[in-house]
Amino acid sequence: MTDYDLVIVRFGEFTLKGRNRSRFEKQMFKQIQTALADYPRIEALQDFGRVYIHLNGEPYKQVCEQLQSVFGIVTMSPVIKCKPELDAIRAAALVAMKVYDSTPRTFKVSARRAWKEFEHNSQAMNNLVGGYVLRAHPWLTVDVRKPEIELRVEIRKESGYVFSEVLPGAGGYPYGTNGKALLLLSGGIDSPVAGWLAMRRGLEIEAVHFHSYPFTSEQARDKVIELARKLSFYSGGIKLHLVPFTEIQTTLAGVKQDQLIITLMRRAMLRITERIAERRGALAIVTGDSLGQVASQTLGSLNVIGRASSLPLLRPLVMTDKQDIVTYAEKLDTYETSILPYEDCCTLFVPKSPSTNPNMRIVENVEASLVDLEKMLDAAVEGTEVLNIHPSQRNTASDAGEDEWF
Amino acid sequence: MLYFDHCSSTPPHPDVVRTLSEVMLKHYANPASIHQMGMEADKLIQRARQLAAELYATRAEEWIFTSGGTESNNLAVKGIARSYRHRGNHLITTGIEHPSVYEAFKALEEEGYEVTYLPAEADGRVSTGKLAAALTDRTILVSVMHVNNETGAIQPIAEIGRLLSAYPKILFHVDGVQAAGKLETDLKGWGVDLYSISAHKLQGPKGSGWLYAREGLMLSPVLSGGGQERGLRSGTPNVPGIIASAKALRMAVQTASERRERMLELRSRLTAGLAGIPQLLIHGTDGSEGTMAPHIVCCSLPGLKPEVIVHSLEQEGIIISTKSACSSRKDQPSRVLLAMGCTHEVAVSSLRISLGDEHTKQDIDRLIERLSMIAAKLEPLAARRQL
Repeated sequence: MTDYDLVIVRFGEFTLKGRNRSRFEKQMFKQIQTALADYPRIEALQDFGRVYIHLNGEPYKQVCEQLQSVFGIVTMSPVIKCKPELDAIRAAALVAMKVYDSTPRTFKVSARRAWKEFEHNSQAMNNLVGGYVLRAHPWLTVDVRKPEIELRVEIRKESGYVFSEVLPGAGGYPYGTNGKALLLLSGGIDSPVAGWLAMRRGLEIEAVHFHSYPFTSEQARDKVIELARKLSFYSGGIKLHLVPFTEIQTTLAGVKQDQLIITLMRRAMLRITERIAERRGALAIVTGDSLGQVASQTLGSLNVIGRASSLPLLRPLVMTDKQDIVTYAEKLDTYETSILPYEDCCTLFVPKSPSTNPNMRIVENVEASLVDLEKMLDAAVEGTEVLNIHPSQRNTASDAGEDEWF
Repeated sequence: MLYFDHCSSTPPHPDVVRTLSEVMLKHYANPASIHQMGMEADKLIQRARQLAAELYATRAEEWIFTSGGTESNNLAVKGIARSYRHRGNHLITTGIEHPSVYEAFKALEEEGYEVTYLPAEADGRVSTGKLAAALTDRTILVSVMHVNNETGAIQPIAEIGRLLSAYPKILFHVDGVQAAGKLETDLKGWGVDLYSISAHKLQGPKGSGWLYAREGLMLSPVLSGGGQERGLRSGTPNVPGIIASAKALRMAVQTASERRERMLELRSRLTAGLAGIPQLLIHGTDGSEGTMAPHIVCCSLPGLKPEVIVHSLEQEGIIISTKSACSSRKDQPSRVLLAMGCTHEVAVSSLRISLGDEHTKQDIDRLIERLSMIAAKLEPLAARRQL
């Protein structure tokens, strides 16, 4: 494996935001330092909308993988540092090209001579380094217009810097720079993906999960904790609100409007979430809804359900196809957890034919007939358990002595 | 008592014993049960699995808990051979494998498989060239141990893996029982498809082991039953054994490189001392090329019954063994030494000294001194018998 000396990290669209720019960059820098906390030898330096990460012997591959989870980073490049001399730069160029196998490709050298006393100018360096690489790698050809590989050489007084790779970052905004929202986290495939997309857009997220123990199992609870843990990897930590929903759910099941039970449940969930949002200072609710996917996600259902809340409902996946959502979930490593077959409260008491076009008037009448509903909603908020989930935590049920067993 | 038989079994680490007893007392529920207690036991197992996976830079799903090295080897060899029979019926292993591999192949011969047993060279290593020459288009499995349990010779696993990378349909099993915790191992990088480890060889409990089986492999299970371990190894998991073994594996693997250095130093001190004993023959090389495991020395005193030496040393409070423990009770020549080209006389007289973490230079010196003394005392008897 090639030994790189530093990683250049480049930021995304937020660098355009005039007055907020420095706040974003500061948050960005903090996120990077948190993500790389396990690599103590690293030194990170900020410079003109970029961060230079000096590896000092830390493994670049793992560092880049960590960085790829940090929102706001658009691209990064592992860089080889060498003496600012032609021979050393040429040798570094060959090392930088090692990552490519010997299939024919086009390339070009882009040299930049920041240190003007260096004996060859930028154009001359392009030829001197390019020719040298070509002789060593005869399968390459030069294309200065649209090369597959751009080998970049920067000559400064203290060192030469050489790199050829541009690795994609997660993109988006630094975590938490666009405010706070609550995420409805069900345990299915969609909601973790929706949460990740919301976080990538700079939202700070707290997750809300509804459980109906003993109709739902402890495994369902652990599953959602595990999903929250996987999301927490991108923020450094996440709050999970576990709302007791058994009483409300059994009450709604008792009104004998089977085809409306999902609609009624979802409305109750939004009302509870809205109350939690108020306490937590969150300004929106994020859901994993995808238009038409199930009965509660038809346009008719989204309308009747959505009216239960006055907060903005953010639905990152509303126009996304299922297969694309699955691809995201696999990338986030939440898919395998999401498909574990534990019943959650959304799959409980599901009628044979739920309404795809619920009638607003009937829904409101049913709700009005439940005199204790408001009290039950308040009780659910009061009974909510809040867990602080961290990326490295194994499981919450474990007692303190357990670590010593391993 | 000076114990030099770590290849047969090691003294368990006190922390491992503590884990074993605490988990056994507390987590007695069956990890397959759906209640909270069962789930807690299951979580511990998953954590142990994750730990093994991390130690070898692999995925948790690739690790199967077994009852030890023998079961891991049987599951790997028979499981692959039976599952991929449609691809071919030719298998390759070596003449120097541990009986749990060797006899598994013998059993497969009874089932109609054709097996090639590669010999070892004089240095105790099998030749990659001879392996390459033995490959056919019907070959489905190659099984070569990482460290030989009698001689300590390190087999060219990385080299074989590189050779086999050109044959994606041939699977590669490595018996790593004597290598785990002693040598640094790169399963993915070397292209190893299956790897066996035993816990009691690295200060863990007996009755517990692992089989690494690379993602995407199909293994035909050896045991039928309740379908635990994804159907690959039925039977209620040995929860305390699994957790305690995970601890032992972590301690062993994380300190492997320091252990190697320290033991190599002791080993060269030992071989240098043994070289002073007349008639004594050290098997393999002196270890300077890095082809000998740091913790094993195998030697022969031709003409002398090895049991006599073992018992004489025992009277001095020093424990060593004759060839490997698994075959040492039979009065037969070492199959391993014969496969290396040793004569019958040399192969019936081998002794094995194996080192552990607790040994010091003084311990080595004492062993050399006592063994020299015993060899000198017994030498006239050997000479008389040879006449």
